[in-house]
Amino acid sequence: MIECKNITKTYYTGGDIETTVLKGVTFEIKDGEFVAVIGPSGSGKSTLMHILGALDSPTSGQYLLDKQDVSKLSEDDLAAIRIKKIGFVFQSFNLLPRATVLRNVMLPMVYADIPKEKRMALACTALISTGLEETHFNHLSNQLSGGQMQRVAISRALVNNPTLILADEPTGNLDTKTGEIVLGTFQRLNEQQHHTIILITHEHDVAEAADRIIHIRDGVIVEDKKNLNKRIIRP
Amino acid sequence: MLKADLFTETSMALLANKARSGLTILGIIIGIGSVIAMIAIGQGSQSNIQSSIQSLGSNLLLVQPGAQRGLGFEVNQGRGSAQTLTQADYEAIATQVSGISGIAPELSSRYQVTAKGTNTNTSVDGTTASYPAIRNVQIDQGSFISDENVTNLAKVAVLGPTTRDDLFGADSNPIGQSFRIKGVEFKIIGVTAAKGGSGFSNQDDMIFVPISTAQQFLAGSPRVSTISVQALDQNSMTSVQEQITSLLLQRHNITDPTLADFNILNQADIINTASSVTNTFTILLGSVAAISLLVGGIGIMNMMLTTVTERTREIGLRKAIGAKKRDINYQFLLEAMMLTFIGGVVGIIFGWLVSFGVNKFGSIATKVSLPSVALAFGVSAAIGIIFGYYPARRAARLNPIEALRYE
Repeated sequence: MIECKNITKTYYTGGDIETTVLKGVTFEIKDGEFVAVIGPSGSGKSTLMHILGALDSPTSGQYLLDKQDVSKLSEDDLAAIRIKKIGFVFQSFNLLPRATVLRNVMLPMVYADIPKEKRMALACTALISTGLEETHFNHLSNQLSGGQMQRVAISRALVNNPTLILADEPTGNLDTKTGEIVLGTFQRLNEQQHHTIILITHEHDVAEAADRIIHIRDGVIVEDKKNLNKRIIRP
Repeated sequence: MLKADLFTETSMALLANKARSGLTILGIIIGIGSVIAMIAIGQGSQSNIQSSIQSLGSNLLLVQPGAQRGLGFEVNQGRGSAQTLTQADYEAIATQVSGISGIAPELSSRYQVTAKGTNTNTSVDGTTASYPAIRNVQIDQGSFISDENVTNLAKVAVLGPTTRDDLFGADSNPIGQSFRIKGVEFKIIGVTAAKGGSGFSNQDDMIFVPISTAQQFLAGSPRVSTISVQALDQNSMTSVQEQITSLLLQRHNITDPTLADFNILNQADIINTASSVTNTFTILLGSVAAISLLVGGIGIMNMMLTTVTERTREIGLRKAIGAKKRDINYQFLLEAMMLTFIGGVVGIIFGWLVSFGVNKFGSIATKVSLPSVALAFGVSAAIGIIFGYYPARRAARLNPIEALRYE
């Protein structure tokens, strides 16, 4: 359960010059929703993602994550929130090169202090749920294709069973076909395992894989509606 | 973050870049290794010099004539050139000074000596029966000069092993044979054991004869060139030195001690001087080695800064998935410390091997001391912390958002 109440974000650059990127954003996302946030570049969607992902704090307003106000926490407290409640999927995958698939997926558990003996099973479960073939589990991450890498990254985001999975342009570095496979993976995770997913993108095609689309432009929400023509992607 | 995880993450990171880690470690190995080896060489030569000074005899005072001052001439001759010490001075010291455990007069001079078909030029030392005990001389063959020989002005001689080899061939037994010094025939009664060069003079290339004989037949005067005095123990050396000084000043009618026509070499002073020389030497070698250790440390810092820049995105990712500042800080600090730790251990082995090699193939007896190993190890650990601290802090302070965007 996510509640954003009148969130603003202002950056101060070069001392006096202030740039307001978010100008009062209010919305609510319930558990199990699959939401796309869409907007052109410079609309403030990345800043919103950083705030939702507890990487950054809003200048004003309230951000409640599972009823906990995370808008005024210290850097290390935000890190603790990220461990438990947020799973990130990035455009450029951000896997550790020269490390195996399994080690990449187990990395968040290192910081979550999950006992070593439980990690392997949890990592395998997460990898299987994203549909990666078991033969790849011990491959090095840089030997995989883009689609496979992104599925490893999704597994890494899932592995601590977070409240929210935040995907920032997850198909941006993939061709259309593999992009569809990744979107299908998100849909299945949402439908079958009821993960809450926020997908950030600038492409309408990608946004239409979600149940709800929040349109953001110049730091304000211009449209927030249910996606009536959802594209169902079947493998 | 668990300690075991921290360790795993660190070793994976170091193994990921084997060549770079290896070269950085090599810098530390050379630094630590040279510190160990240089200190070992310095301390080895120090104990070398000390033991060769000790081999001259222990608690020794050497009384020697001072520089000769020409009357009315502003020309000073070298020390020991004056002929102011006499047999009477020796007897006075022997009878009047307390705290002495042994005393031996010496009259030494170089002469051409001839044996059957061979000849050599060597130092001929007139002395008494007490000389071997005071100056650590061992007898290899035959016997040393006896008191009776001295009283009888016997024309007998004891050869050093080198002189024996020169005159009669290596390892021969010349006892009972005779040879000539300055035309005077001497009979050989003994050969001393080899002592090795002391660094000051070769104590094996000598001939000992009774002092009375040397005074009578070789020098032609009752003078002595050195009086070796052995004090009872280390503590009485100063008092013996003072007694001898005042006795000789009085006997030579000198009132101003700065104008003394003799001087006394104290063995402790010689050791102190030699030690301070070798200490300076050790410090010099050690500081050159320390500079290479410092360079190794800078190498570590360089590598860590490169690593942090290269792995900015990885740091961003780690932070995004929940790594705290401290986790990142420890990870990079541990990487630096692991490099110096490995470098330290291998460097100690390397330094030990070098000093072992110098010991085996060079002439210096090296000594790897435990404190120098502990010091080198402590320094390498400290270098890891000092030179790893700044890069690790830089990594920990990276903003996750900017780090993730870093190209």
